[in-house]
Amino acid sequence: MIYKVISKTEFRKFIDAIVKHNNAYGPRKVDTGSGGKPIYQFRPVKSADEIDFDYSVTYSSAKHFFLPFRDELSRFNFNDGNWEQEVRYEAPPTILIGLRPCDISAINMLDEVMLHGSYPSPYYLARRKNTFIIGMDHLPLPDCFCKSMNRHTVNHGFNLFCSDIGDKYYLSINSSKAFTFLKEFMIEEPSYEDNCLLIERRKTIKQSFETNIEVTGLPVFLDIEFDSPIWQKWGDKCLNCGSCAMVCPTCYCYSVEERFDVDLKGSSRQNHLYSCNLVDFAQVSGGHNFRPRNGDRLKYRYYHHYRGFAANDNQQICVGCNRCGRACLADINPKDVINDLRLERESCMICVSPSPDRT
Amino acid sequence: MNHLGFKIGKMKIGSFDFTCCEGCQLQLANKESTLPDFLGLLDIRNFREISSERHDDYDIALVEGSITRSDEIERLKAIRAQASVLVAFGSCACFGGVNSLKNRIPAEEIIKGVYGDKAIETMPSTKISDIVAVDFMIPGCPVSKDEVERVVIGIVTRSLDNLPKYPVCVDCKQRLNTCLFDLGEVCLGPITKAGCDAVCPSGRTACLGCRGPADDINFPSFLQVIKEKGLSQDELREKLTFYNGFTDYLNHES
Repeated sequence: MIYKVISKTEFRKFIDAIVKHNNAYGPRKVDTGSGGKPIYQFRPVKSADEIDFDYSVTYSSAKHFFLPFRDELSRFNFNDGNWEQEVRYEAPPTILIGLRPCDISAINMLDEVMLHGSYPSPYYLARRKNTFIIGMDHLPLPDCFCKSMNRHTVNHGFNLFCSDIGDKYYLSINSSKAFTFLKEFMIEEPSYEDNCLLIERRKTIKQSFETNIEVTGLPVFLDIEFDSPIWQKWGDKCLNCGSCAMVCPTCYCYSVEERFDVDLKGSSRQNHLYSCNLVDFAQVSGGHNFRPRNGDRLKYRYYHHYRGFAANDNQQICVGCNRCGRACLADINPKDVINDLRLERESCMICVSPSPDRT
Repeated sequence: MNHLGFKIGKMKIGSFDFTCCEGCQLQLANKESTLPDFLGLLDIRNFREISSERHDDYDIALVEGSITRSDEIERLKAIRAQASVLVAFGSCACFGGVNSLKNRIPAEEIIKGVYGDKAIETMPSTKISDIVAVDFMIPGCPVSKDEVERVVIGIVTRSLDNLPKYPVCVDCKQRLNTCLFDLGEVCLGPITKAGCDAVCPSGRTACLGCRGPADDINFPSFLQVIKEKGLSQDELREKLTFYNGFTDYLNHES
């Protein structure tokens, strides 16, 4: 990693230069919510002026740049009773600007799933390799809990990371490509004061979290609470609408569909991002549904995020962005569900009879 | 036609309209880029919007519209007797549709308002499955041509796929739309069957549920959401009854 500082004016020039002739996306205000809060999304940008650098958080994550909601896996061409398969892994060079540390951490986790398993995804790899990521830090929102998940900082998975130290950005340069671009602009060695400002900035961010979730030992906890009535309680609220998984930066479950061309001379095999909360997620051929109940589906979503991955890969797959919580109309969010589980267990410890005597 | 070693024939199809605007049938002639190929899958035996030839040897009947007159009942039963597959085509046929709005008002008042003193026979608007057995439903106001193509291809290639079971929210989130609830509106997206590519919310218009309920919706929780957000119950009711798709849920409302 190389560290430099750049004035905010110069930084805008740099952004202008790289977005002008590239396929670039950055945070843009798309609406104002009824409570007066701005709503942001990652949208195409052609100049620095179009980017809201001081945005809070995007409604949807940056996941779909790597795992499109609908993606063609292959095309089939039929002729004379025979067929040919055509597969393309091409991805256009893309620049993503303004990703938060939690967003970048999420992509790093997707790397684990998509690239480091038994069957690496060439589709994902093409997009990942051809995407230039510029991260930016921010002060947490009241409901952000990425610090609890230890995802409020990130040290890899990006090309360039910018920490806001007032009139300048403190740059962490993590790729030769980023360094080569930046060399054309006025960047400076960080001064003693810049270093102090960076430390101060990090401290402020760390101390600004209002939402904390106790996740230590959570996988074991979840094991114990498999039959807890809590799941049905939250399941009764769940609308099965899948919004949580769509906005989530790490939910990657998908279904595969085959679609014929109307002339029946070819077909397309597509994957479609799905959600384990949707009613037929666990329905199999013949019609049997392994998880017909809302509560069970909700439980397994939490198990995937907080237990399965922790047990198999020593990390929980949730990054603590609370996008699911914000998108959920029924007000289901990780903080409340997990706290509810812990509360259930703690109150139960108080009310049960004391341990049997050893005698 | 030969398709992957299987011999497939053209679908002998009839398309019929009852009380409706015929907009769904018009969709069959829409989407020009694939229209010749689409028509290539069909042997149109009876379809007044496309051909003046009328034959009664169709296998598959697409039925658009709701039922509002006694002569429509007889005609529908005759179509059912001929067709081996009967498809309820569009929201009117599937649920009674927007025509059902008249069911709220006494018949005499409606007749007087529309036809004056002319004597007109009319009954409450009903969905076609109240009269005959329906094999398949393609809901929508109007139906989505993409979906119709998929269903027709599914029947022709004997690989019929189901319509989505999940609600519109999935499609809507995938289009990165702003949630209309965040703008203070009542939207039926969370309980309405997807497959329309969230066309209305993408145009910043709340979903009115033209495709009817998604599978196994959580209606009590949805009502609770409206209540907790302090949104208008009247507006909710208006939307739920607009296409008549949620009657089963409204009747069980406590």
